[in-house]
Amino acid sequence: MFRLTIAALALCGTAPVFAETHTVSPGEGAQERLQEALILAEPGDEIVLEAGRYELTDGLSLDIDGVIVRGSGMEDTILDFTQQAGSGEGLLVTSDNVTLRDFAMENPKGDGIKSKGADNIVYTQIKVTWTNGPDPSNGAYAIYPVESTGVLVDGVIVSGASDAGIYVGQSSKITVRNSIAENNVAGIEIENSRDALVEHNIARLNTGGILVFDLPGLPVMGGGNVVVRENLVAGNTTPNFAPPGNIVAGVKRGTGIMVMANENVMVTRNVVSENPTAAFMVVAYTQAFDDERYNPYPRNVVIGENVADDVGDEPDFEGGEQLVQAFGGSLPPLLWDGLSDSDGMPAVAVTDGTAGWTLGLTEQGQGIESAQPAPFQAPDAGIEWDMSSVGAPAELEERL
Amino acid sequence: MRGSGLLLVAAAALAGAVVAEARLVAPTVSDAAIQQDGYPRTLEEFGFFIHADAQIPTLGVVPYELNTPLFSDGADKLRFVYVPDGTAIEPDGEGLLQFPVGSAIIKTFAFGEGDERQLIETRVLLHRADGWLALPYRWNEEQTEARLALAGARVPITTPVGEEISYRIPNKNQCKACHSKDGEVIPIGPKARNLSAEWLSDMVGAGHLAAVPQGADILPDWDERAEGNTASLARAYLDVNCAHCHQPGGGASNSGLDLRWEQDDLYALGVWKPPVAAGRGAGGHAISIAPGDPDASILVYRMNSAEPGIAMPELGRSIIDPDGVEVVSRWIDQMDGAEITQ
Repeated sequence: MFRLTIAALALCGTAPVFAETHTVSPGEGAQERLQEALILAEPGDEIVLEAGRYELTDGLSLDIDGVIVRGSGMEDTILDFTQQAGSGEGLLVTSDNVTLRDFAMENPKGDGIKSKGADNIVYTQIKVTWTNGPDPSNGAYAIYPVESTGVLVDGVIVSGASDAGIYVGQSSKITVRNSIAENNVAGIEIENSRDALVEHNIARLNTGGILVFDLPGLPVMGGGNVVVRENLVAGNTTPNFAPPGNIVAGVKRGTGIMVMANENVMVTRNVVSENPTAAFMVVAYTQAFDDERYNPYPRNVVIGENVADDVGDEPDFEGGEQLVQAFGGSLPPLLWDGLSDSDGMPAVAVTDGTAGWTLGLTEQGQGIESAQPAPFQAPDAGIEWDMSSVGAPAELEERL
Repeated sequence: MRGSGLLLVAAAALAGAVVAEARLVAPTVSDAAIQQDGYPRTLEEFGFFIHADAQIPTLGVVPYELNTPLFSDGADKLRFVYVPDGTAIEPDGEGLLQFPVGSAIIKTFAFGEGDERQLIETRVLLHRADGWLALPYRWNEEQTEARLALAGARVPITTPVGEEISYRIPNKNQCKACHSKDGEVIPIGPKARNLSAEWLSDMVGAGHLAAVPQGADILPDWDERAEGNTASLARAYLDVNCAHCHQPGGGASNSGLDLRWEQDDLYALGVWKPPVAAGRGAGGHAISIAPGDPDASILVYRMNSAEPGIAMPELGRSIIDPDGVEVVSRWIDQMDGAEITQ
């Protein structure tokens, strides 16, 4: 009866006053005990994972709204999926208003933590790693919110993902910040999403640091309104280890910040260093597609005041060496493919005079082998748009 | 035919049991256990069976089979439906039968033949006033009782082809992972198109079903696949084994892949479609279905793997289904990319 009252309160939308805490400890039967706690939780409850190593054989899942899953810290509570025998991810969240915090996950067989259709989710102080380092047999994504409105990722560490360390897909109202992504193919990727803020992160030792993509043929398309600011994007020199067939398998080693087929993207006040292909890459979708809802071009991507050094000196494509020589030792920091929408909206602009070069492509889907490289100076002003809408809803901050 | 065959077997067994045990009284299904809040701790509390270990259903609990079934590591599956007295299922075209509140769908997974048969788990779907609820029950080794296994379990099993596997009983959330559309739990199996017309007629005759739905019984009989139309078999297999997630509103909606029987857009079915979030599941291949080339198709690659992170479906299968791989491969092999037929 008492229990019913708690549930009723939670359902009324008020903060549950008598939320319960369920404590789970590692050891024998941890798989069942932890999963049972995740199933039997009521909205507002907290599941506390005591310190230790949890040896897990199957993916976990949470489908109750408003639950907090709290470990004792990302160095102390470790969910170890090295022996995982089933499921496509370590933890799947399918409910709203969930908070995940203070634990680590190691070696999930597929993705790390996936939250699908899970609105207003908070990931904080979480670490997801594949302990063998970059390897194509690692899972695709470490942190993987998809089809969600309201995503706050703060203070997470991800490494070893064979696709993207932090991947937000088909979502809106997103903040990814204060996080470290290293030794992944893509450090942080915002895909087919809107109103995203990516700030104060470190993306290092990946193949590409930060990617903002829009792909065709998906339920949610039309990526845009993205701000990428005040990140350190450095030393992304890991050879691409993505399994072929995936879109990120085409990401060039040494890419700093890459924008493909998005509108209204502001890239500013980042430090982008030691990215030997390019500091900034602004391109159209490269493949053929058959989807009339889709716009393959970058539109109004603005490169603001960034620090870009030690870039473009060893580009990851054929003929790169000659090109570098032709440009006098290094390529300009901004690489554009030369393609823009026919409606006159500029693909890319620079507000701080960032030098560029273009592949000189003339048609979407044209291969790089027919490029006509040339210096390029982007127009010096983009089109104003309302940046106040980017980022996760403010109320998610209260759960940090 | 097969449905009524099962009934006969059940009836014969029942007659034997009655003779052997004069005490036998058919239990009444507990509508309270189905409809009230909470999770009954044992399968027995529902009263679905006269002899649960022999899977002999009580009155009102009707066995059924599917034309093309879901592959579950080669388990035998015994399926039953229950509809409360005074109510009836409403037809909804070729799609899911619309069960009234108070209904239950019961599926028992077993390995082994005859006396050797071991019941492993029984999954129930309960239609409560606030929606469907899916619960797994695990059988004990003595086969005397099946207890609620909310968190699932792993059980060592020898499959019909002699493979030693770690069989996975899904946890409650994993039940929902497949049985979900737009966040709501729903049944998957009992779609009119995948049920025999004869069984549906019998259900109408018994007053359990308002009418035989239009479009019933159109999926091919998987047991007759040697003679069947390849495209039809393959599409039925994908519908039954994959489409509960791979459809709009399903668990894999974000992939953009839609493998439902009724889908006729080639790209949505995966033809020339690049992967989105397949990761190493792509196996080095660039597209889901490469017409004429099953070996270059991600779909076949993932069906033909038993490795977590690669294998599809992600849940409910720990070994490869060679028959499914063969039929889907043959379908892709025969494709020229310009046509899609059922």
